[in-house]
Amino acid sequence: MNWKRALIGAIVAAAITSLLAFGLTLDPNRVPEPLPGMAAPTFELADLETGEVVRLEDLRDEIVVVNFWASWCGPCRFEHPVLVSVAQRYGQRVRFVGVLHRDSRQNANAFLRELGEFGYPTLTDPGQRTAIDYGLTGVPETFVIGRDGVVAFMKEGPFVDQRELTAVLDRLLAIPQETPDRGQSGGP
Amino acid sequence: MRLALAGLLVALAAAAWILLTPKEMLFDARVREVASQLRCPVCQGESIQDSPAELARDMRGVVRDMLMAGSTPEEVKAYFVERYGEWILLQPRPTGFNLTVYILPAVALLGGAILVLLLARKWTRVTPAGHAVIAGDDPDLDPW
Repeated sequence: MNWKRALIGAIVAAAITSLLAFGLTLDPNRVPEPLPGMAAPTFELADLETGEVVRLEDLRDEIVVVNFWASWCGPCRFEHPVLVSVAQRYGQRVRFVGVLHRDSRQNANAFLRELGEFGYPTLTDPGQRTAIDYGLTGVPETFVIGRDGVVAFMKEGPFVDQRELTAVLDRLLAIPQETPDRGQSGGP
Repeated sequence: MRLALAGLLVALAAAAWILLTPKEMLFDARVREVASQLRCPVCQGESIQDSPAELARDMRGVVRDMLMAGSTPEEVKAYFVERYGEWILLQPRPTGFNLTVYILPAVALLGGAILVLLLARKWTRVTPAGHAVIAGDDPDLDPW
């Protein structure tokens, strides 16, 4: 037997097998999340109830939680009480906005009548432009924007309890607020 | 002479096609071309052009609006890469680590061709006496 050839063959086979095994550990359907660490895309959306326009620009220097939801989304139903509680807990220290995703006004209102209001505005997103701006792939999806206008955290799927979100908010609130004359990086 | 005439006819036909095709059709073709290069985030290996998903339809709308607003196809793709990462491109950019995708098949093909050539030469080697060496006679050719 030619040991030299056998060794080379074994090394090549091991290398190819390792490469294939590594490939199997990756999920080809997993969409990357490049937004955390980047300036939050700005938006200018109308309130579902009042029609009043809410601009992200107007919420500068505040910690903002943006939650994309829909009435047809089961996990959003599950997450609803968690968001209501956290929004109540932080009051004026954190601004919450919901963004309705691919849903009708009637269905959204029926959802809110059944489960109760969030306690913060829900905005409409015609053509899902803001959802695409945020790289959305489904609902619920939540983005937490720091006072510097940078996306500090994002979550795909529902919050099962308050812990994860409050940990992020407490961390951001602990960062001392900069005094005037800070340059904020706006959205694209 | 005939060749020149045929070339002239082809050129005239192409010019007529470009001039007579409505601008909307040409624009739609540009939208389709860009949309075909972007992966649908909620599908299995489909482009946003081919996917019937609502998100894909909305993304096609963004492609259309951006092109209409004067963005180049590269700028449109860059917008989506910023939101969804390089993953969104069905054809990875030939830079950095992505280059392996383009280079490796060519290297493997070339290596295979060289290997086959070397083995073929060895297998068909003729001895000074004029007899071809068969695999069983040559201990080097016995792999195991």
